[in-house]
Amino acid sequence: MMTLAEKILAAHSGKKKVIAGEFINCKVDLVMANDVTAPIAINEFRKLGVKVFNPKKIVFVPDHFTPNKDINSAEQVKMIREFARETGVGFFEMGRVGIEHVLLPDKGIVLPGDVVIGADSHTCTYGAIGAFSTGMGSTDIGSAMATGDIWMKVPHTIKFVFRGKLNKWVSGKDLILYTIGQIGVDGALYASMEFAGEAIENLSMSGRFTIANMAIEAGAKAGLFKVDKKTLEYLAPRAKRKFKVYEPDADAEYSQIFEWDASKIEPMVAFPHLPSNTKPISKVGEVRIDQSVIGSCTNGRLEDLQIAAKIFKGKKVHPEVRCIILPGTQEIYLEAMKLGLVETFVKAGAVFSTPTCGPCLGGHMGILAKGERAISTTNRNFVGRMGSPKSEVYLANPAIAAASAIAGRIISPEDL
Amino acid sequence: MKLKGQVHKYGANVDTDVIIPARYLNVSDPLELAKHCMEDIDAQFVKKMKPGDIIVADTNFGCGSSREHAPLSIKSAGVSCVIAKTFARIFFRNAINIGLPLLECVECVEKTKNGDTLEVDLAAGKILNLSTGLVFTAKPYPDFMSELIKAGGLINYTKKRLA
Repeated sequence: MMTLAEKILAAHSGKKKVIAGEFINCKVDLVMANDVTAPIAINEFRKLGVKVFNPKKIVFVPDHFTPNKDINSAEQVKMIREFARETGVGFFEMGRVGIEHVLLPDKGIVLPGDVVIGADSHTCTYGAIGAFSTGMGSTDIGSAMATGDIWMKVPHTIKFVFRGKLNKWVSGKDLILYTIGQIGVDGALYASMEFAGEAIENLSMSGRFTIANMAIEAGAKAGLFKVDKKTLEYLAPRAKRKFKVYEPDADAEYSQIFEWDASKIEPMVAFPHLPSNTKPISKVGEVRIDQSVIGSCTNGRLEDLQIAAKIFKGKKVHPEVRCIILPGTQEIYLEAMKLGLVETFVKAGAVFSTPTCGPCLGGHMGILAKGERAISTTNRNFVGRMGSPKSEVYLANPAIAAASAIAGRIISPEDL
Repeated sequence: MKLKGQVHKYGANVDTDVIIPARYLNVSDPLELAKHCMEDIDAQFVKKMKPGDIIVADTNFGCGSSREHAPLSIKSAGVSCVIAKTFARIFFRNAINIGLPLLECVECVEKTKNGDTLEVDLAAGKILNLSTGLVFTAKPYPDFMSELIKAGGLINYTKKRLA
């Protein structure tokens, strides 16, 4: 029978059953784009000469270069803002905007059982709450803005089972880096990844968002989790409309099943220039850093900042290191202030920014020069990702990134 | 339609950040994007390539970001098609949607060298290496994708649906 992805896609394409590989036309519950991708989507949409299918189901989140870093990015957001005013679609203005994949679930805009398409590859993040969400390009988004549906090839599903309990300092980030290290950056190409097992059940929502977020780094179309008590607790203060919870069938067909003992997994570090180039922290050796970035759609949630603050408490960022901390949303910013985390960061000598994708994609707010090296809680370490094509990015969890900022080299908090 | 051009060959996992770095994403004008095509993997690409030239790459071409700017920059730089062992899925969709021809062919990638000249018959999925005389057949598109390509990309396809 059907996997979680197949269940949601069948329900959205008016079919009793869908089969992996089948082409379907799928209704969408939310269509999303950001300041980089929306301008092209709007231009393509205008070629169709029709009205938007439903302004309540379209939202623009200008988060990549926010606050606008230069004239060109200001022009891009201006064009999106004007389109939003004209059509009534959702638009998050600066001061209210957050990083799209933290913001939309936190606002209750995405709910379980939804099909969401976004012109941003990390749209797969919402799989953490049992939504089928996937990244597409601007033209797909422009077309869906008109029709409210999109063509899809039903992905096959690979199941990942994590048995056992997590070690200290091991988080969702380490499970997904471990997974990508095992299967490679195209190990789940065109697939839906489904995560299960004791370690996943015990994982916080933050950790689940981090895992789902990086499904794309294994080439996947989506990364899905079953809805459980933790999901419902997360949703209770947020959901303002009804939603449907789908469960995978017990006899669902998986193209592959991986089972790992989570208690054997250490904090992981992905070396340049691929997220699959992973090593456990004990095997990292001497890697000096110039910058540490904590935040992004991968690790910019309150729990991530709390973990970092615990390590920074009473300590100082290494004199030769710049540390940049970016909360995912204005609400997380506020919470971080109330809890005293911001004070801890600033006293430690870190920069605390308003929400932005900024340095993650080499946009602004902490670009690397030639020969510089950063540890980052973000999702990609491709050549030139954070600046100069001659710079390097190492990916890790917030605890490792915080400890490394203090030590000046990549290190576990245990060894501080 | 027959395409003909010289091969620029790359390895596996050519990501969209090296195809068009984010520092150029504050514009969406295809001709502006074309100036920086492949800049972070091959800084001389735009200078040395000629209209019609063909990119040949290993597995997972176009992985990473969903930026349509990547296939747009390749197309507007004048590249006639991309041949790879496999493509990342978002890049694949984007290229089909905007009308940049892609061909999947493991054998062609393995037996084609940088600088070879290829002639591609898109409709037949045939690739002829004029430098070696070898002929390859690309993986055929599923019916639905062929329909999209025939319509001239997604916007034209949607126009017909809405008409």
